[in-house]
Amino acid sequence: MAIVFEKPKSLTSKEFHYCPGCPHGIIHRLVAEAIDTLGIEGKTIGIAPVGCAVMAYDYFTCDMVEAAHGRAPAVATGIKRARPENIVFTYQGDGDLASIGMCETVHAATRNENITIIFVNNAIYGMTGGQMAPTSLPGQVTQTSPYGRDVKIQGYPIKVAELLSALDAPYYIERVAVNNVKNVKHAKQAIEKAFRNQIEGKGFSLIEVVSACPTNWGMTPKKALEWVDSDMIPYYPLGVFKDRSKEEEAK
Amino acid sequence: MSEKVLMKGNEAIAESAIRSGCLCYFGYPITPQTELAAYMAKRMPKIGGVFLQAESEISAINMVYGVAGAGKRVMTSSSSPGVSLKQEGISYIAGADLPAVIVNVQRGGPGLGGIQPSQSDYFQATKGGGHGDYHLIVLTPSSVQEMADLTSLAFDLADKYRVPAMLLADGTMGQMMEPVLLPEPHDVTVEKSWAVCGTQMKREHNIINSLYLSPEVLEKTNFERYERYKQIEENEVRYESYLMDDAEYCIVAFGIAARVAKNAITAMRKEGIKVGLIRPITVWPFPVKPIREAADKVKGFVCVELSMGQMIDDVKLASECKKPVVLCNRAGGMIPSVDQIIETTKKMIEGGAR
Repeated sequence: MAIVFEKPKSLTSKEFHYCPGCPHGIIHRLVAEAIDTLGIEGKTIGIAPVGCAVMAYDYFTCDMVEAAHGRAPAVATGIKRARPENIVFTYQGDGDLASIGMCETVHAATRNENITIIFVNNAIYGMTGGQMAPTSLPGQVTQTSPYGRDVKIQGYPIKVAELLSALDAPYYIERVAVNNVKNVKHAKQAIEKAFRNQIEGKGFSLIEVVSACPTNWGMTPKKALEWVDSDMIPYYPLGVFKDRSKEEEAK
Repeated sequence: MSEKVLMKGNEAIAESAIRSGCLCYFGYPITPQTELAAYMAKRMPKIGGVFLQAESEISAINMVYGVAGAGKRVMTSSSSPGVSLKQEGISYIAGADLPAVIVNVQRGGPGLGGIQPSQSDYFQATKGGGHGDYHLIVLTPSSVQEMADLTSLAFDLADKYRVPAMLLADGTMGQMMEPVLLPEPHDVTVEKSWAVCGTQMKREHNIINSLYLSPEVLEKTNFERYERYKQIEENEVRYESYLMDDAEYCIVAFGIAARVAKNAITAMRKEGIKVGLIRPITVWPFPVKPIREAADKVKGFVCVELSMGQMIDDVKLASECKKPVVLCNRAGGMIPSVDQIIETTKKMIEGGAR
């Protein structure tokens, strides 16, 4: 009998702790598929964040490090500089990367560190139970914005892909989504490209994945995926925001 | 053999670190330790090492965490306000049982404080500093020679026990120039089978981590770590005993304070006052035994510190308060003088100071 579908080799058999309908499982799978496709499992070192993906170190078969909240890009910088022959990626959420870790993110980007960042934006703090994130949408109700995010009081969401693309250095920045088959297929290509860039020594690649949090959004998984289309993507448009290979071609 | 060279304390640390196999350094500018970073910036690119000026002390210590986890010798340095910022990362390094070396060339505080020498980070260095139950091995140099020697020792001890080690210096040690015999470059290949460097598809994955959601498991890791601390307390206490054989009074001081104390002792001995010195070289583990033994012999202790009195607590604990312990101190970047030490000692002898 032909095997048409199986678990990626780079995922352990540990059961995910994620909530029903949470896209972290899909995104983990895409990362693992990229590692498998590129044949880099044996030399990859992953860095888990603080947040919902804190226990990602149990799910990937490659060597793993658990970083302090927001510090993954600094930890990745240290490892990559000390061991340039290894492939180093971080997997971070929006609170981790765009709030407490924004400084580390911007500086790793502006140094064009040769690392890969998978940035999962679901517009909420999931692990702590649904507080306002730096990427929560205007008007979005959360535990700490119970009357909806009021931009006059709490400010506007941070568009990470756009913000980092204003820097000269970073090599590749793209925003993708995983709320339907078409988007998942495209996200897979983008994540693979972000790893390939590192293998080729190109530098900093960040893939922002617009995700969903049915539990803390208070929606069914299906409704949450629809909300990604109706509310998230209009605010966070998908696409390639920076691709320096194009600049190289132009020269 | 190496030749003696004239060097600044901060530079002696840097060169000693390199010769001890530390090829990764991360720092952020802060007075009075900046020469160390500058030295690394010059040397590292020439020897295939890594120098990176981090965007903050927080990032620097997390880069250290990464490199330590990846199994290579690594160091960061800073001064008091910057070391406060590093405390989160130091706690993670301790929690993940990683070897690393952190240098604190102390200046006066609290807050932004000043830029003159101080020893007022003693509590922070010896009692943990960040959150959770942990210790650092804390070494206190009293000369430029010791800046070099103890740096090398810090790397060895950190690797031996998988514990972060701190070099607790002060502004004078960082800035002064003295002749120094640097360590010979030596082989530092230490087996680190726990490190992350890629599985090469030959083993299960390694995980560098300090998260244990089960309280039973977390408790176990704490107890295991404290077993290691007990070994360190048994095997790694270092101190200098100076003129203690016939001493009736004992000065306890480290770093620059110990040097001033020696001059005060010479002057008092000329007057016939029998004073000696116990100079802790490790302040964690603290030289409890020699001080306890001295407490049975001497009539009192004088603790000389560049702080409002921090080590004095450990001296009282070690001596079990058997004899009076008085403080002779300056703070905020000031240094106790020979005269002040003599005056404090004489007052104690007369029974006038408690």
